[in-house]
Amino acid sequence: MNQLPSISAPVVDYLESHEQKGLLRFLTCGSVDDGKSTLIGRLLHDSKRVFEDQLAALRSDSRKHGTQGEEIDFALLVDGLEAEREQGITIDVAYRFFATDHRKFIVADTPGHEQYTRNMATGASTSDLAVILVDARKGILQQTRRHSFIVSLLGIRHVVVAVNKMDLIDFDADRFAEIETGYRAFAESFGFDTLQVIPISALQGDNIVERSPQMPWYAGPTLLGHLNEIDVSSDDAGQPFRMPVQWINRPDLDFRGYCGTIVSGRICPGDPVAVAASGQHTRIARIVTMDGDVEEAQSGDAVTLTLADEVDASRGDVICDPKARPEIADRFSAHLIWMGDQKLVPGRTYAVKAGKQSATGVVSRIGHRIDVNTFAQDEVDSLSLNEIGFCNLALSAPIAFDPYEVNREMGSFILIDRMTNQTVAAGVIWRSLRSADNIHRQAVDVDKQSRAILTGQKPVALWFTGLSGAGKSTIANLVERKLHARGRLTYLLDGDNLRHGLNQDLGFSDADRVENIRRVGEMAKLFVDAGLISLVSFISPFRSDRQLARKLFEEGEFVEIHVAAPLEVAEARDPKGLYQKAREGKIRNFTGIDSPYEPPEAAELVLDTVARDAEALADEVIRYLGLD
Amino acid sequence: MSRMARTAKATREKARVESEGQIVSNRRSHLQRLEAESIRILREVVAEMKNPVMLYSIGKDSSVMLHLARKAFYPAPPPFPLLHVDTTWKFREMISFRDQMAAEAGMRLLTHTNAQGVAEGVNPFDHGSSYYTQVMKTDALKQALDRFGFDAAFGGARRDEEKSRSKERVFSFRSAAHGWDPKNQRPELWSIFNTRVKPGESMRVFPLSNWTELDIWQYIRTENIPIVPLYFAKERPVVQRDGALVMVDDDRLPLHPGEMPQMRRIRFRTLGCYPLTAAVESDADTLDDIVTEMLIARTSERSGRLIDHDEAASMEKKKREGYF
Repeated sequence: MNQLPSISAPVVDYLESHEQKGLLRFLTCGSVDDGKSTLIGRLLHDSKRVFEDQLAALRSDSRKHGTQGEEIDFALLVDGLEAEREQGITIDVAYRFFATDHRKFIVADTPGHEQYTRNMATGASTSDLAVILVDARKGILQQTRRHSFIVSLLGIRHVVVAVNKMDLIDFDADRFAEIETGYRAFAESFGFDTLQVIPISALQGDNIVERSPQMPWYAGPTLLGHLNEIDVSSDDAGQPFRMPVQWINRPDLDFRGYCGTIVSGRICPGDPVAVAASGQHTRIARIVTMDGDVEEAQSGDAVTLTLADEVDASRGDVICDPKARPEIADRFSAHLIWMGDQKLVPGRTYAVKAGKQSATGVVSRIGHRIDVNTFAQDEVDSLSLNEIGFCNLALSAPIAFDPYEVNREMGSFILIDRMTNQTVAAGVIWRSLRSADNIHRQAVDVDKQSRAILTGQKPVALWFTGLSGAGKSTIANLVERKLHARGRLTYLLDGDNLRHGLNQDLGFSDADRVENIRRVGEMAKLFVDAGLISLVSFISPFRSDRQLARKLFEEGEFVEIHVAAPLEVAEARDPKGLYQKAREGKIRNFTGIDSPYEPPEAAELVLDTVARDAEALADEVIRYLGLD
Repeated sequence: MSRMARTAKATREKARVESEGQIVSNRRSHLQRLEAESIRILREVVAEMKNPVMLYSIGKDSSVMLHLARKAFYPAPPPFPLLHVDTTWKFREMISFRDQMAAEAGMRLLTHTNAQGVAEGVNPFDHGSSYYTQVMKTDALKQALDRFGFDAAFGGARRDEEKSRSKERVFSFRSAAHGWDPKNQRPELWSIFNTRVKPGESMRVFPLSNWTELDIWQYIRTENIPIVPLYFAKERPVVQRDGALVMVDDDRLPLHPGEMPQMRRIRFRTLGCYPLTAAVESDADTLDDIVTEMLIARTSERSGRLIDHDEAASMEKKKREGYF
């Protein structure tokens, strides 16, 4: 579109200066009672972000839902969803926007109650600064400590403590000084880069935009003044170069572009780079944009790079500074913020997304849980919603990462439940676990293959899964007898029998069930290694658990056999009277009754126990093994 | 080179000078940061989803979103089609602009109209804006997504548009019935997006989540992005109705007794179906004028959307039903 010369040069300067604003993303944390929504409403209003039609709607809403009589209730400006307006609480992270002449602001507005740790962590993950609200009448509370801890855990380096409701304590300078001293003392251990404590009244607007005439004793900046001026630019561009490859752009055979966002460092054409995992070296050829090639790109830029040599790099690989590479490991320790409604089960397989890298992984150990109010470290065997734990993780494949405190983008990940696809945890990586490197496997001269030659059979694990009463043990027994009759070396591992010995220390909690499976899987693996055909008869109701067992074996060694019977049939058989007890509530977590059974999706064999008898089904297994 | 690219270069040169003086500047303007964030989101969808599509509504936000997509995948054209849900009540100028933009971007343009709605003669006058929107927009959109089997649809919605949008995710999960359940949205941390869906389920993805109306205009100005001429002030025929200025775009607009179309100098801040979109009186006929007007604006753009006034929290209700 043509720009007519109807605008004077100063106006164009003005427009261009507005295009060159900086951006500050900050988090506000505090409870409804602290006046957080009022504060944000006030910031939006006083920075002229509220339009006349919104103000008119606000006036009418204030009369209907407000808590300020005939006065405007600024909190209503930001309390969005109908449900929460009625409840008067903020239940999710809301994003607000306003701008001054200097900066555009993105505010992550998060509720502060303990049960909303999840939301606070979410808001904090994209923020560079946190505004923590304190009620002047109450001073520093447990929740202030909790907010400060989460802010620090998520790597925020700049904190503002807004001591609100100064009007309710008659703008008392001594009381404010007491709160400030107290906060500084306890926050010292967090080592924030900047910490500003400001006395305000969100309701009346004191020290928000204008200096408060009520508090002449306060010499520091106003809240907005501080937000306008503070320098939060971390030196990301000065860090070693990292660009996780997000997508390969290959429109034709002549062009191969590596697309991604630079997460640290800067780069110019000609600079040497390496692919982190493979260690292959090359140089940057071009930095391609629609506006023509550019000479330099830096942290935060979304770029398309071409490389001087053909290297093997695809989505998830990290292109990096060859002299300062990220760590590559499949085991690391991390803080986990649990966000799922279902508890963490150590040993269960979750999907892991770390930057652009995807893997699966298990929490191999929970070191401790951190009490977010007292910072005490508790020994636990699981984590529930909103709990934070320090854990060890073991992934299916190594990933490239830096510790979170060095690089937020390179050190963060999420865990996803593979059944529900829900994001169940956020993780910040502490460091890699090198212990795995130090336990070298003992090489042996007689191996699995040589034993198999001696026994003259292909060692496999036959994994019988199904409801209690489906006929697993009966069929497994028959199969073993038939194999034995054919001169095959076998060993049958029965779930119930193992619980009397090896697994007698395990109960029926989710964590124990997983451990139960893990032990049986490992044991079956040893028997296979010894050259035997091992038979496992085990309800093993969860797909992810059976997957865990399958992973212990080589391709073709693990034969999943679904002993299928409808629940009504299994319950009618009830050989051990267990269903009846479960129905009577005498047994809890009983598969099929109050705990689910997840049938296999791709079992090697499905045995229909309604259509055929155990003898015929056992023959089918023998046939599958090619031993009939 | 666009003005933004030039300024970026100037900033970088400045940074380099400063770095020699031991001070490394990491400064990017808010528009540059928003652009980078949006490009990242666009690429993530293409990398992770099977069959994405870009909802193209022809308005200024769609223009920006399309421009960002072209930047994200350059030198390739964006690797997904555009989808326009045509209510048959769009301004005529919008339709010609749409076809031209799709051709320029080298993208396939799909259009879909709710044939049953047309057959039943559903229109904004006889059926009310609420029912009309449900049939011709929401239902039509669901039909189109099902028809082509898309598992991700980009939309140009922004969080600053309306209160119920302020909590919207960038990747907004939709059930197989296209429903939006505010309680069943996934937490989004850092820039790691959980893109997993089961067959039939889908994602609505909003690359412009963190842009404001002013950002959009500033970006259009710095990048010289083409927009529908209706955004620029011009003498156009309008009638005044319930305090709003409605443009008489064709002879389908039934005139109320006493109504006489008058020529007024008007423009639009937001574009939808012409009977449901109010114009504002304005002299702003250049982008400079528009941005200047925006910087001193005193009403929100949604005041020009006649559907939002139906009832309190009306947007939240529409979204639960699958409206964008």
